[in-house]
Amino acid sequence: MTENNFWLKKIEISVSEAEKRTGRNAMNMQETYTAYLVETRSVEHNDGPSVLTDSLWRRYSEFELLRNYLLVYYPHIVVPPLPEKRAEFIWHKLSADNMDPDFVERRRIGLENFLLRVASHPILCRDRIFYLFLTQEGNWKEIVNETGFQLKADSRLKALNATFRVKNPDKRFTELKHYSDELQSVISHLLRVRARVADRLYGVYKVHGNYGRVFSEWSAIEKEMGDGLQSAGHHMDVYASSIDDILEDEEHYADQLKEYLFYAEALRAVCRKHELMQYDLEMAAQDLASKKQQCEELSTGTVRTFSLKGMTTKLFGQETPEQREARIKVLEEQISEGEQQLKSKNLEGREFVKNAWADIERFKEQKNRDLKEALISYAVMQITAAGSADQALPLSLGLAAAAVAADQVLSLRASRQLRRLLIRPSLAEVRGGPCRSPVPDAASPRPPAPAVHTAC
Amino acid sequence: MGTSQAAARERDKLPTPKTRELAPVAAAEEKDKLPDLRSWDLILPNGGTPAGTSSPASSSSLLNRLQLDDDIDGETRDLFVTVDDPKKHVCTMETYITYRITTKSTRVEFDLPEYSVRRRYQDFDWLRNKLEESQPTHLIPPLPEKFVVKGVVDRFSEEFVETRRKALDKFLKRITDHPVLSFNEHFNVFLTAKDLNAYKKQGMALLTRVGESVKHVAGGYKLRSRPLEFAAIGEYLDTFALKLGTIDRIAQRIIKEEIEYLVELREYGPVYSTWSALEGELAEPLEGVSACIGNCSTALEELTDDMTEDFLPVLREYILYSDSMKSVLKKRDQVQAEYEAKLEAVALRKEDRPKVPADVEKCQDRMECFNADLKADMERWQNNKRQDFRQLLMGMADKNIQYYEKCLMAWESIIPLLQEKQEAK
Repeated sequence: MTENNFWLKKIEISVSEAEKRTGRNAMNMQETYTAYLVETRSVEHNDGPSVLTDSLWRRYSEFELLRNYLLVYYPHIVVPPLPEKRAEFIWHKLSADNMDPDFVERRRIGLENFLLRVASHPILCRDRIFYLFLTQEGNWKEIVNETGFQLKADSRLKALNATFRVKNPDKRFTELKHYSDELQSVISHLLRVRARVADRLYGVYKVHGNYGRVFSEWSAIEKEMGDGLQSAGHHMDVYASSIDDILEDEEHYADQLKEYLFYAEALRAVCRKHELMQYDLEMAAQDLASKKQQCEELSTGTVRTFSLKGMTTKLFGQETPEQREARIKVLEEQISEGEQQLKSKNLEGREFVKNAWADIERFKEQKNRDLKEALISYAVMQITAAGSADQALPLSLGLAAAAVAADQVLSLRASRQLRRLLIRPSLAEVRGGPCRSPVPDAASPRPPAPAVHTAC
Repeated sequence: MGTSQAAARERDKLPTPKTRELAPVAAAEEKDKLPDLRSWDLILPNGGTPAGTSSPASSSSLLNRLQLDDDIDGETRDLFVTVDDPKKHVCTMETYITYRITTKSTRVEFDLPEYSVRRRYQDFDWLRNKLEESQPTHLIPPLPEKFVVKGVVDRFSEEFVETRRKALDKFLKRITDHPVLSFNEHFNVFLTAKDLNAYKKQGMALLTRVGESVKHVAGGYKLRSRPLEFAAIGEYLDTFALKLGTIDRIAQRIIKEEIEYLVELREYGPVYSTWSALEGELAEPLEGVSACIGNCSTALEELTDDMTEDFLPVLREYILYSDSMKSVLKKRDQVQAEYEAKLEAVALRKEDRPKVPADVEKCQDRMECFNADLKADMERWQNNKRQDFRQLLMGMADKNIQYYEKCLMAWESIIPLLQEKQEAK
């Protein structure tokens, strides 16, 4: 399928598999890495069957390369983030190992999410390198490097310098910078504490599992209470093992938060670019002003400002009128050039601010939508954990069963309560279960808005 | 009386809940007699009566707080004892708590129909010792621990005093329910005397015949063979105490883990608030989540407190109970051993056969009485144990259900909050 056709059809992108590979790296040393299968399907008509059009394997470093390229060529766009490189915010049961199957699985989902975000972005989705990433396996890296984007990248040092020295950045960007810093800080804090909460909750559930064996042993010596105690023991075990699923779901919530933690960094990058451009502009203006002044001084012969030429003139004698004329001419040329440059830099800067702000507004709406969805699914998770018959209830039921065993009359109150808890109104109406990948911008003006891969 | 006993035996057949609910007429007939104490539905942890049952509203609140005792078997109860109203007394030498003991009785052993006295823990301790002395063939209920092992607990804190009061109340009620112990003279004095200390100083009170003789059983006799049933009881108690001990340890560990979980939750909730302050549209939802987590934290705290105050003390009480029961079993063994030794000695002295000398007969008497008392008490204990644990576990199930309901309500209530803005967009 040609590049032009590509975007006219509706496409679906998925990262469907992960595979462990061994190979030789740049230094000819053996290494193990994970490769991910990226599949692209096109949908002929609405509701029609999807046809697999492209399928290739990519590793994490290639995703990184793609993103770095996008960062350089679209500095005014809030570029979607990649899932974390290394496992962070872990608690004791989570593995820090990059090869751990759970980590790989979560990364697979994160990578798919990244591609969906890019594909649904009105500007990024048109990028040729992105298209090639999805369609051309071999040689892609070379093509990207040939663009020379690394050279175009702003140096970190330059950016830092600009941040400190810029005098008149757009107020909105300054506010946005503060917001993204604080957002990063608060989400980090949240993720850290959540990991600790998960750890503790795990402990609570698991210790209940110890009841299982002792209730069982106790039941062996009892006559009337025996059956009930046995049942209680069994339910304690069920309860204790239910924590694994609960916390797995919570990891997906954590991943959604993490995405926005990294998004905050992308926001910050756009602000930095603005500061850099603004600083550049200010420097150019300053330079122009000083040249104009020099020119004026040379023409009128007054020395108001200190200059090296002035000093040397004083030390070594006046220059000839011819020399002075030459210098004035050079300066006038430079001034003219400088004015042109300043004009275009100004224009560039204004364009940047306009485009960047448009994307930021788009991003804000997306963020509010996504995070609300995430909070809803988190609430649903908690409700499921508290009310589901598979999880917390057996604890109570088990205890009740033990009590019931001695006498076959079940307390009316307890049974009424248990019944009520079991028949909670179906939460399907609330929303379709916990959503793993956020829904990309469905309101995108672009026709080929890719279908969403939902893990619901 | 006859009809009620027959009716009681009918109910002994353990009707299904359905039957019970459909028999309001039968219950109504019993209205002027005592309400069916066997109906578990009447006795609820918070003392309320459930709607929909036909329990007579005329039951006194005192009755509702009574424990079930199957041994009463429809017989009218004539002795009611309650422990309440703890008060702190500050004297020059010491500070201590007294509890009010209210007694209502129609028994002839009581001069007045009603008594109200104040007692402190050491009075209870004295009573228990006297009961052990005077009724050595019976199982005496345990007292709550005398000293607080973990020195961190405040002896005068509300929770500690309330836990103790409940245990002391249980102690007296168990004695009240016992057909022999409840008639004990020391018990009577404990409930009625204005000045218990004067009575204590008197020292020697009347002992029952068996009590006195058992008191003087010489030790050091070796038991030939323990009858199977008592061996079984001994083994049962050993395992029982062991399992309860394990459960106690696990429960303590759960409480510890829950407290640590709570600490993290208390930090977790407020972070959402901090985040909410940064946001515009998300401010309300985030604040809602923060409040939600706060509510769950509070609910968890209540659950943990309940476990500490209600669950653990009963476990410990039964462990103490098992210990004291085992020492009664040992005494029984000694009585049997003494009898067997004396019997053997007689068998060797051929001239006294076939006539069994008086003192050997006395030993046999002693042993058989002991065995009978112990068997009856064991059965009573098993029944009470079942009811106590049933109540305990039901109570814990209730508390757990309440906890989960609170969490459910909290989270369910914020879903509309999270959703509404979306529709408004």
